[in-house]
Amino acid sequence: MSTNVSTLQNLAIDMQKGVPMKPAAETSAKLVTTDLNFYYGKFKALHGISLSVPTGAVTALIGPSGCGKSTFLRTLNRMYETVPLTRAEGAILLDNEDLFAIELSALRRRVGMVFQRSNPFPKSIFDNVAYGLRVNGFANKATLQESVEQSLRRAALWDEVKDKLHESAYSLSGGQQQRLCIARALAVNPEALLLDEPCSALDPIATAKIEELILHLKRTCTIVIVTHNMQQAARVADYTGFFLLGKLIEFNATKIIFQTPAQKETEDYVTGRFG
Amino acid sequence: MATPVAELPAAPSVRRAGSFFWGLHGGDKPAFLITISCAAAIVLVTCLLVYELFVNSAVSRHKFGWDFLFSRVWDPVAGQFGALPFVYGTVVTSALALVIAVPLGVGAAIFLSELAPPRVSDTLTFLVELLAAVPSVIFGLLAVFVLVPFLKQIEPVLRSVLGWLPTFQGPFYGFSLFAAGVILAIMVLPFIISISREVLLAVPTDQREAALALGATKWESTWQVVVPFARKGITGSIFLALARALGETMAVTMVIGNDPKISASLFAPGYSIAAIIANEFTEATGDLYTSSLIELGLVLFALTILINGIARLLILTTTRRGET
Repeated sequence: MSTNVSTLQNLAIDMQKGVPMKPAAETSAKLVTTDLNFYYGKFKALHGISLSVPTGAVTALIGPSGCGKSTFLRTLNRMYETVPLTRAEGAILLDNEDLFAIELSALRRRVGMVFQRSNPFPKSIFDNVAYGLRVNGFANKATLQESVEQSLRRAALWDEVKDKLHESAYSLSGGQQQRLCIARALAVNPEALLLDEPCSALDPIATAKIEELILHLKRTCTIVIVTHNMQQAARVADYTGFFLLGKLIEFNATKIIFQTPAQKETEDYVTGRFG
Repeated sequence: MATPVAELPAAPSVRRAGSFFWGLHGGDKPAFLITISCAAAIVLVTCLLVYELFVNSAVSRHKFGWDFLFSRVWDPVAGQFGALPFVYGTVVTSALALVIAVPLGVGAAIFLSELAPPRVSDTLTFLVELLAAVPSVIFGLLAVFVLVPFLKQIEPVLRSVLGWLPTFQGPFYGFSLFAAGVILAIMVLPFIISISREVLLAVPTDQREAALALGATKWESTWQVVVPFARKGITGSIFLALARALGETMAVTMVIGNDPKISASLFAPGYSIAAIIANEFTEATGDLYTSSLIELGLVLFALTILINGIARLLILTTTRRGET
């Protein structure tokens, strides 16, 4: 980890000179984007984003609404492809493998996603968690049972639902539903998990539970979280990237971003002077 | 601990149901009255309809009693009337229509909502909705001049493939339960397609994305997540199609063969309730004849309610736990 930090700090220094951050070869990075541009039709939503997401850590993406942080997140598992007329240019590497060359289903198994609004399927709790396994061909009943339990435990939901696995997922509270969605994403054992403002619809207690969960999960799974809530980024993230108007203004260890940011815009944003 | 509670205003006493209207303010009162009269009008019309059918079928009901439902005889000359062949024809043609139209309609709706490019989808949907606006007598003509000759041509194929079934045996003259069922299928298709498409389009994007994010393919997400999510609405479209098929008169009358017989074979001619009322009402002589036809109307009404009820019950009992 220490090498990580120093590399990233070096990169941050590069950025101050206005040189786009180029991931060094020795960085233990799970996901690396190089000069990534993104278009909705003719509108250019991302301008040359170069960023490397460190393995086994939590990376937060912050910035005002419409700054491109969610768009960036959705390039990392190519979820943007569901929207017509979108186009990504540039390189993205997943473990040094070209992301665009990976078969789509396989990519999305490796890079999971949790959405802004909890979106369980109208099925039972068990079937929700088992969906990813079933769709990927794990039909063995015993394995399913075991994986579902394990995933629910990882999502810190097992104790609350173990007696009602076959009830509707909609019988759960909002916070539980969101943790169910996390369990569902974890069931296929992703290497990375993308969280798109996972707490924006939750109360503070449910939010705290999810944050605690994120801190546990990062040991086994690289996490990228988009959040509007700067305190949340400060609480959970090891690294933070600040986006503004489709550009990555600054990326560094969270502590540095919040205490001694290099860029004026970052400082203005994290101190609440705009945005 | 208990002190702040005392300062809260007393909880409002539980309102009685009748006081709902007096609890409304300002413009809400007239709005309530206007909308409730609109809703009441529907109930009123339905009740009137049943009442009229009931009263005007008195002669026939007194003469035949429950036997009316189970008698196969329809002999105006002898004054013997029974509903069974017509009930049979109505149910069989509607069932056949659904067997053909449901898979076709739902399949088309899935294509239009999930797979077709938006421009293609909109154009096709417009055409489909146009089809729903075609008068049924036009469908009847289409059936007489195109469908019946066509069915006669493919009859040998049907016979060689499905001939072992009792439903595809016996001579085929074209005008038959089969022809009526097929034309009904064509007529109810637009309802199923158009409504199912709307319902599928209304499935939240995040449901699709949730499945895709787990490594599902586009088709897996459509078939395993989007369609089940829309299941209720799709079922609704099928109910509407069923109601339309049960009551359809003109096109069915033109091709069903108008023969009050009960035959196992779809190739045989039959008769439907709506068809016989349309054919014979103006020529009916005598109170018993007229009131028998009106009782048939009552039977059709009851049949529609019964079949819809059974279908709903079926849905309710087959809904697995966990689904909403």
